[in-house]
Amino acid sequence: MSILQVQNVNKSFSGLRALNNVNLTVEEGSVHAIIGPNGAGKSTLLNCFVGRLTPDTGTVTFMGHSLVGRKPHEINQVGVARVFQTPEIFGDLTLIENVMIPTLARRDGSYALNAWPRVDGQRQVIEKAEHLLEDVGLADKKDLTANSLSRGDKRRLELAMCLVQDPKLLLLDEPTAGMSRADTNATIDLLKRIGERGITKIVIEHDMHVVFSLAHTISVLAQGTVIAEGKPEQIKGDPRVQEAYLGGAHL
Amino acid sequence: MDAFVLQILNGLDKGGAYALIALGLTLIFGTLGVVNFAHGALFMLGAFCAVSLQKLLTLSQQIKDESVTFFDAYKEVPYLEIWFGDTGSMIIDYAVPLSILLAIPVMLLIGLVMERGLIQYFYKRTHAEQILVTFGLAIVLQEIVKSVFGANPVPTPAPEIVAGSADIGAMFGLGAGVVYPWWRLIYLVFSLIVIAIVFAFLQFTTFGMVVRAGMADRETVGLLGINIQRRFTIVFGIAAIVAGLAGVMYTPILPPDYHIGMEFLVLSFVVVVVGGMGSLPGAVTAGFLLGILQSFASMTEVKDLIPGIDQIIIYLVAVVILLVRPRGLLGRKGVMEG
Amino acid sequence: MRDATPRSDLFFFLLFAVAVLTMPLWTAPFGASYPDLLQKFAIFGIFAIGFNILFGLTGYLSFGHAAFLGVGSYTAVWSFKLLSMSPIPAVLFGMLLAGLFAAAIGYVSLRRTGIYFAILTLAFAQMSYNLAYSVLTPITNGETGLQLTAEDPRALDALLGVDHGAGLPTPNLFGIEMIGFPAFYFCAVALIIAFYLAMRIARSPFGTMLRAIHSNQNRLSYTGVNTRPYALTAFVISGMYAGLAGSLLAVTDPLAGAERMQWTASGEVVLMTILGGAGTLLGPVLGAVVIKYFENIFSAFNNATLHATFDFLPGWLADPFVGLLSLFVGDGWHLTLGLLFMIVVIFLPGGMMEGINRTAKAVRRRREARHGASGDQDSKDGSGLSARAYHPGE
Repeated sequence: MSILQVQNVNKSFSGLRALNNVNLTVEEGSVHAIIGPNGAGKSTLLNCFVGRLTPDTGTVTFMGHSLVGRKPHEINQVGVARVFQTPEIFGDLTLIENVMIPTLARRDGSYALNAWPRVDGQRQVIEKAEHLLEDVGLADKKDLTANSLSRGDKRRLELAMCLVQDPKLLLLDEPTAGMSRADTNATIDLLKRIGERGITKIVIEHDMHVVFSLAHTISVLAQGTVIAEGKPEQIKGDPRVQEAYLGGAHL
Repeated sequence: MDAFVLQILNGLDKGGAYALIALGLTLIFGTLGVVNFAHGALFMLGAFCAVSLQKLLTLSQQIKDESVTFFDAYKEVPYLEIWFGDTGSMIIDYAVPLSILLAIPVMLLIGLVMERGLIQYFYKRTHAEQILVTFGLAIVLQEIVKSVFGANPVPTPAPEIVAGSADIGAMFGLGAGVVYPWWRLIYLVFSLIVIAIVFAFLQFTTFGMVVRAGMADRETVGLLGINIQRRFTIVFGIAAIVAGLAGVMYTPILPPDYHIGMEFLVLSFVVVVVGGMGSLPGAVTAGFLLGILQSFASMTEVKDLIPGIDQIIIYLVAVVILLVRPRGLLGRKGVMEG
Repeated sequence: MRDATPRSDLFFFLLFAVAVLTMPLWTAPFGASYPDLLQKFAIFGIFAIGFNILFGLTGYLSFGHAAFLGVGSYTAVWSFKLLSMSPIPAVLFGMLLAGLFAAAIGYVSLRRTGIYFAILTLAFAQMSYNLAYSVLTPITNGETGLQLTAEDPRALDALLGVDHGAGLPTPNLFGIEMIGFPAFYFCAVALIIAFYLAMRIARSPFGTMLRAIHSNQNRLSYTGVNTRPYALTAFVISGMYAGLAGSLLAVTDPLAGAERMQWTASGEVVLMTILGGAGTLLGPVLGAVVIKYFENIFSAFNNATLHATFDFLPGWLADPFVGLLSLFVGDGWHLTLGLLFMIVVIFLPGGMMEGINRTAKAVRRRREARHGASGDQDSKDGSGLSARAYHPGE
């Protein structure tokens, strides 16, 4: 069953066509990678899913909800979470607070005047947040401020902030960019482990090692158009993809 | 029609002052990234350059008044008149324009000291902190001026020759009775000249080119091995001069007191925001535009139609512009948002 | 700083309440134990606490909060004129109207952030100020200020048969006249309640969301939170605090003037909050007290009192010394204020609370070093769910 349908999406920036009739279907429970050379429109496409950008034409449908023209918080509330290319976290708050905030947002909705009870009395929220920090291996740092973390840890924290919401769809924008090989492998393991929760994932990634270890389906984007789509083995041998990557030496 | 032209003229001189202050504000923001709430104080300091020179020139001595014969009367006669006679009185008469010569080096010095002594430590701090520290500085500066010159406005008249009004009506074939004070006309022309000089300086000199490049992309310019920082410091000095000159020349229009700067600061800030933070043409356009709008709103006909509009017009325009076009009339996208 | 637990908070709150109620006692050695000044401490403490809910928690810098103070004052005086000399309806209506005012201004201003938000609030406040002086004169009585008259209807009092006799009545709570120490205690109780509510807000999930707005608004909206109603709620709450402060000003002195709405008055509350420590609970109150105290002390000095104070110095030293000092006192008090402002922002951006915490930490470290304990304590810096000092920012 498909969870996300993208139909005929177009997006231009002052005459420059960033997305050209993009069609995409993401199967529920799968890991769907979107790859392509720089400037192919991958991030633009992702931004159309989360409400940062609105497509000029076309539809984006997530589990029966249209996502076009919706605000970021509305899209999150229907079950879409996003990890950014540079970690977006609450830098001057503690790790545990960082993870509690999305938990509260899932529990209380997009607005709640919850100004009387104490936040440290929300046992279930705290337990859930602590549990997630344990899952990503940050439990012992839970009282540090998020800014004090290393870049790799920040990414893990952001991942925990998304996972704690039990999203139905998780968007990952280059989750291993700028990481060492060891960190990358750890992240792959982590993503595989959370794969067991049955969360559908869309991954944008440059590192083919990551893509081929994770993805069930790969879409190749070049100049704003999907030029190929299929299983990893099919994509590996596809001459169009090789060409798009100009020789594609690392494939 | 005549009233219409007159209102535009009335708005233009005030608009000129707004434009000059806003120009410096936006220049400092564009180059140093600093929100300078002490800029109104620079305008005030300029005005008090004129006051100081006037006081200096009119230093006087008591001498016996020979015209009074039936008792001993004394009168204050400035030394300049005693020493140089009529030439001396003429120099005194021209105190305000002469102050320009004094204000340029003084304001440059003040600007440089301010930038090196305080502002440079606030490049990396938040805008809120910049606002707060410069706000504090503005209070300090105006209190110092208050303790030296007192709290009352000091009259600093324009030279005798331009004290009257120009018969604009006769000059341009409009109806009779369209008159406009000479000095305000001079102020308008003066502000246009200063604006032109600043733009020409930024446009046609190597220094200006580097500064403009730095405004657009500071890092790259820094990588080229150019000491952009020192140039920005000088830019601050220039902005101080511009604000100071605006203050010097404004003194005959409005006798300055110590908090004249604060009044202009709030309005100039609105002007900068309406024009677009960091946009030089925006600041100038918005300055004149708001000056004229304010002048129209002060017309009796308009006030009868919408009571109180003259009191709020500038702020109202600012609110509308900010909501409809957050980057201002001519601003770049994303500056200072978020 | 240790984690704030319900227990420690209760202790902290009780300590605060006791400190406020015993103020007439412990301020006596500082020469501040007279009711007019103590009332100002409490009233501006409330104003600053409220301002901090917006600025300290969400980071939105408003330069127009004096407008709400003014609205509170005008409403309270009208309540005295039309309804009753009791401070209760005056305070309630003052808060209500200021809240409505804040809702309208906040709704528009919060469409923008950062410096643009500051300018929008400033613009609205200046508009209110200018209008109060001009076309709104029937409501505000313009430059003279809104005053009570003996002929005011006071419908509620008339209904209840309360007779104020001839002459100008004084606001009174069930017969207790709101002047002197009774008025101070009325304000003090309001301050204690205001402090308690602010504490609840800061410790609540709602307060956490407000701090998250300060920290990273972008992330917060991608986390499913609609940030604008949160910020608007904070804005309205802080507007109501300002309204409360404004109406208390009218309770202690039933007169309302437009100068209360001027932007310099908005600047003053910013200064109080920053000086004490934005984002902390106690800081804003401390800031308000310090500023009102020094304003009072410094502006009371003049050359004669200075000469008397430095009588013991030899004449050649005393004269220039007094001359220098006289710049900073009396009319020169604003110079001191400006310098104080700069010094705090430059050297102590976290305000007095940061200074206190730093000192406490240094003392603790020294003690630990003497006892040869490990630096274990350091890893707990800024830990847990405590309300730490946050740097003022956008």
